[in-house]
Amino acid sequence: MKVVVCVKQVPDTKGGVKFNPDGTLDRAAMLTIMNPDDKAGLEAALRLKDQYGAEVTVVTMGLPKAEEVLREAMAMGADKGILVTDRVLGGADTWATSQTLAGAIRNLDYDLIITGRQAIDGDTAQVGPQISEHLGIPVISYAQKIQIEGDSVVVERQYDDRYHVLKAKMPCLITALAELNEPRYMTPGGIFDAYKAEITTWGRADLKDVEDSNLGLKGSPTQIARASDKVRKGKGEKVTLDPSESVEYIMNKLKEKHVI
Amino acid sequence: MDFTLSKEHEMARTLFKEFAEKEVKPLAIEVDETEEFPRATVEKMAKAGFMGIPIPKEYGGQGCDVLTYAMCVEELAKVCGTTAVIVSAHTSLCCDPILTYGTEEQKQKYLPDLASGKKIGAFGLTEPGAGTDAQGQQTKAVLEGDEWVLNGSKIFITNGKEADVYVIFAITGMIEKRGRMTKEISAFIVEKGTPGFSFGTKEKKMGIRGSSTYELIFTDCRIPKENMLGQQGKGFGIAMHTLDGGRIGIAAQALGIGEGALERTIAYVQERKQFGRAIGAFQNTQFQLADMATKAQAAQYMVYKAACTKDQYTKDHKTSYNVEAAMAKLYAAEMAMEVTTKAVQLHGGYGYTREYEVERMMRDAKITEIYEGTSEVQRMVISANLLK
Repeated sequence: MKVVVCVKQVPDTKGGVKFNPDGTLDRAAMLTIMNPDDKAGLEAALRLKDQYGAEVTVVTMGLPKAEEVLREAMAMGADKGILVTDRVLGGADTWATSQTLAGAIRNLDYDLIITGRQAIDGDTAQVGPQISEHLGIPVISYAQKIQIEGDSVVVERQYDDRYHVLKAKMPCLITALAELNEPRYMTPGGIFDAYKAEITTWGRADLKDVEDSNLGLKGSPTQIARASDKVRKGKGEKVTLDPSESVEYIMNKLKEKHVI
Repeated sequence: MDFTLSKEHEMARTLFKEFAEKEVKPLAIEVDETEEFPRATVEKMAKAGFMGIPIPKEYGGQGCDVLTYAMCVEELAKVCGTTAVIVSAHTSLCCDPILTYGTEEQKQKYLPDLASGKKIGAFGLTEPGAGTDAQGQQTKAVLEGDEWVLNGSKIFITNGKEADVYVIFAITGMIEKRGRMTKEISAFIVEKGTPGFSFGTKEKKMGIRGSSTYELIFTDCRIPKENMLGQQGKGFGIAMHTLDGGRIGIAAQALGIGEGALERTIAYVQERKQFGRAIGAFQNTQFQLADMATKAQAAQYMVYKAACTKDQYTKDHKTSYNVEAAMAKLYAAEMAMEVTTKAVQLHGGYGYTREYEVERMMRDAKITEIYEGTSEVQRMVISANLLK
């Protein structure tokens, strides 16, 4: 069984956000982590490795620095890492990203593709389903449980108030929720092995069956008009009063602010 | 000379830090209050490979260097001194001597379970009358047929009741040395559950209160002949060499405790207001912090140097690391005591309460000046090398 996991290196929200003049994220200047939903997807793949001996290949598209996220995936137990990086791929929206990843995955042999539901920087939840569309395979999104049954996968798809149980024949694509599992830690020995291992690096020329018009900033139908960091709340006011006085105090404040 | 850590070491630190913050820090107060061994945390550490970091992969370990191991102990100690010493005693005092002195059979038998954390290790040298004077041993081992029969007791044993495999030292005879009769000491591997091996009192300690410090009692405890570790009569050397390595673990623990207290103090002085200003705005606070940070940094260099020197020893046994280890432990332990004391002082009255963890860190720091060789013993080791 061969599993491909798509992961994204995203800004660590604890470290603050920085932007390029064109409104895209200045990824090189920020602290980064593996996108949480993707990490759950990777963990799901690693469990298939533990259970069925699946071979796990991790693919990411990004700056050369995104190699770190592949090393991390390998330190957790992934077998191979593929970095798709090229200047012409920069500034991609979800359409161009999914075209790029699909172009990379066409070079691989796979039974299952797992992506995270969505990345914490873009929050679109589009890339996973778009990849499946480009590759012409079924997709089951929002997976909260994954099981293998013969040549099919049985997945619980999460909704607000229920879940659906869906079965799909492999090859297919699943998008994973962070709640799917508790990802394992890297191991110290795994880290040293990951840095000894070779990372495969692919550029534009290695992408299969993708038009230039679908790549990079030029191939992105979505253009960012303006982006800004979230305005942080003020420090607030802290007062210590007796319960009897505090109710009146709060009521007055709410009236003052026209909340009530 | 390059003081930059490799990318591997940086990533390992990220791992240890994340684990410590998520899994260890939330339990630190409870472990101290209840004095209960954090078994669930140890199981998580085992899963993540933390119980066999410097053990070669062929014996089920992670195959990493001593520096990585020291960084693990350091990061754990930043949030919980107890958890740090569990890893340190297990790795340095039990796995390491079996790896260094064990026969191939002993290594195959014990190391995979120890390195994977399935079993926990401990080390028994100290006795009621034999602390710094390790030659004052009373525990005896007598060979009867194919078994050694152990009688005696050991005290202050870290991981005491929780361990499964123990490296124990006992007198196996008397030998003449420079015209005087001295005790011949040998090392043994003793498994929990061996008839005649029981536990005495649990120590009620000032700090590292969750670390399960017990008395071990041997009453006609029979162990197989093949459980002797190293050659007969070489036990004292094995104990001393093991402690040289152990000191790097304890130095890393002390380093982490000091750094942990410093981190908390930096955060606190920026929040705490007196006379209308954050106390961090006062020059006294700033100068105290500067001294604390400088000493913590110096300690870190010394600990990392000692760890790297032990790595050199692994490759070339002509390299010695005992002086580096002694210096690192001496300095880091005294730094930890000084930094945690200052941290409590800068926290004022709150620092004296158990709610603010610098109080626990100060109690935890004290033991690092005592166990695995007191600061005085470290000075003896260092000066003996100067005057040889």
